[in-house]
Amino acid sequence: MKRVLLTGNGAAAWAARLAGAEYVPAFPITPQTEIIEAIAAWIERGEMDCRMVTLESEHSMITAAGAAASAGVRVFTATSSQGLMYAMEMVFAVPGYRAPFVLVNVSRGLQTPVTLEPDHTDVLAARDSGFLQFHCATCQEVLDGTLLAYRLAEDHRVRLPAIVNLDGFYLSFTREPVELPEPQQVKAFLPDYDPQTVRLRAGAPLSQGAAVLGGSQYSYFRYEQHLAALQALEAWDEIAAEFAERFGRRYDAVESYRSEDAEVVFFMIGSFATKARDAVDRLREAGHAVGLVRPRLLRPFPGAALRRALAGKRGVAVVDQNLSMGKGGVLHAELASVLYGQPQASDMPPVLASFIAGLGGRDIAPEEFYEMAAVTRRACDEGVTPPPRLLYTADELREMRKLQVIAHVGKEQVKGGGA
Amino acid sequence: MSETVTLYRGMKDLPAEHVLAPGTAMCPGCGGLQALHEVQDLLGRDTVVVNAAGCMTLLANYPYTPLPGSWLYTSMASAPAGAQGVRDALDIQLAKGRIRADEDLRVVVLSGDGAAYGMGMSSTSGAIERGLDFLYLCYDNEGYGNTGQQSSPATPLGARTATELGPHGHAGAKKDLFAIWAAHRPAYLATIIGSEPLDLARKIEKARSLKGPRLIIALSPCPAGWDFDPQETVEIGHLAVKTGIWPLKEYVDGVVTHTRVPRPRLPVEEYLKCQGRYAHLFAPQRDETMLAAIQAKVDRYWDEVGHG
Repeated sequence: MKRVLLTGNGAAAWAARLAGAEYVPAFPITPQTEIIEAIAAWIERGEMDCRMVTLESEHSMITAAGAAASAGVRVFTATSSQGLMYAMEMVFAVPGYRAPFVLVNVSRGLQTPVTLEPDHTDVLAARDSGFLQFHCATCQEVLDGTLLAYRLAEDHRVRLPAIVNLDGFYLSFTREPVELPEPQQVKAFLPDYDPQTVRLRAGAPLSQGAAVLGGSQYSYFRYEQHLAALQALEAWDEIAAEFAERFGRRYDAVESYRSEDAEVVFFMIGSFATKARDAVDRLREAGHAVGLVRPRLLRPFPGAALRRALAGKRGVAVVDQNLSMGKGGVLHAELASVLYGQPQASDMPPVLASFIAGLGGRDIAPEEFYEMAAVTRRACDEGVTPPPRLLYTADELREMRKLQVIAHVGKEQVKGGGA
Repeated sequence: MSETVTLYRGMKDLPAEHVLAPGTAMCPGCGGLQALHEVQDLLGRDTVVVNAAGCMTLLANYPYTPLPGSWLYTSMASAPAGAQGVRDALDIQLAKGRIRADEDLRVVVLSGDGAAYGMGMSSTSGAIERGLDFLYLCYDNEGYGNTGQQSSPATPLGARTATELGPHGHAGAKKDLFAIWAAHRPAYLATIIGSEPLDLARKIEKARSLKGPRLIIALSPCPAGWDFDPQETVEIGHLAVKTGIWPLKEYVDGVVTHTRVPRPRLPVEEYLKCQGRYAHLFAPQRDETMLAAIQAKVDRYWDEVGHG
């Protein structure tokens, strides 16, 4: 094992290399491109025994990934944002092949307007696809999470593809010290790809993706995928325990940080959760009983672990870096669905406050974390859940108004025949 | 032009074994299924058919399949990308000795004209450009047949479709997919029709002997979409060739050769009048302008290729 400085993208590429990915269907998109460039360079130099093919779109890329996995090889691929959206038909189709592979998504906000910077609306659009989802907060977690994702996806109880998600820019281009395991250590944890019953070869015909007639057959296969995804929870605990034993780093499905005795906890995913950690430390220093609960697995959704982590809390500040128009934060709804509606579980937090923040790379300042904690605490005291808040400061609005003036003046000039 | 020696000199040389099982969800008299039968007999069992959304998607209908080999359904747009993934994965495993040479598969894309002429054009172009070793079989029934024969980019001038019910039928012209594919300089490219099994067999034989992208467009008379009696499929196929509206040709090394030159060419009317989709050109009165336009298109084609 050696310690190196790697970007999140670098860590993802190293994970693919260490996992022994044999096939990489690729397509460039910011901020993911560095991953496939790194892999291409290793292949070129003979340092990675792998075939990489640049397809003409992400839709084709995911098709090729699912097809190659069906034919019996270990596949890695990566995309971002609009690429994931362009691929979305196949993102929903390939899990049904029951041929596992890993897709790294480098999160980036979706148009319109166009942006290169991150939020989670892209990856959450794949929430119901059948892909498992692992969400990273650090570059180390990108590397380890990708190795774990292969083990989980390929587990005989699961056999579903997995998305490993990291935030564009904040993780993709940020260098952090990363423990790089030795190849033989990884091989002991993640043996060669075993296609099990899904493989294509002469003399053993197999029909992949066949049609069904009627809802009964359809439901059966869809339930099977769902139950397999649920079994991934149990499989995860075992695999994560083995990983911890081998590598000394533990990745529970749900990370709890200083939340044991907390009254109020932040609930969020991704790299911005490291900002929440800092805020928790500061708030603790100021005498506030605040913690952080961060699910690493979003699919399967670790409902039982979240109930355990949040039992007895007075309030939860759910920080969503996504926005479902006309509804609000996706995580807020996800969490509410596992906490409530079960009268026997009366110790669930009475206040579940919703905050939308960090869209399109917008920072979440420490003061905003303090404010979210304060609002949630106040709600607990008053017994009234506040309405969902869209974080935006007066300064930002002032800057926006200036831009609007410029846009307006520009328009007037065009109308008047230009300057 | 060099004459290759063919195994298929006469009808009696065609394969006696039929490997596609009967009993599919295809319509009676399906010209696409006819072509697929013949092609599959020539390709044999060791194939993987990578399918794009269309009529034939219903071939593999759990738990049944008429195919002797494997099947991978992808999407309407991306079957060639599926073929890429399968071919690459097989090559990787062959190179590593994980599968033996006799376990290798021929990778065949099977799509209708909706995918080939339209939605799947980008992924096909990509696969040819990358030199993918695969065979593409397009069954072209000149419309979105599986959904009830709406106009597609392969719909010919004047044909009435479910989305063009007006007095003149389809206003556009059939896209020249052969020319588009030929511009990619593939290893092999040909048009076929199920009603000319010998011509078909020689072309599949040639395609089978080559490596790289090999593309086949099969005109597929469609009783349901073209509105004719299923028993007429073969006759309509013959007329498509005899009137010159479906030129049988192949492309090898930059040269296009016509494998059948209809001489004399029957008037295109002979082909049109036996299909309900052209009935509006004949009754209540003859649409002389449209009939002349269709004939002129056919004549111009043969003039341009030097077989006028």
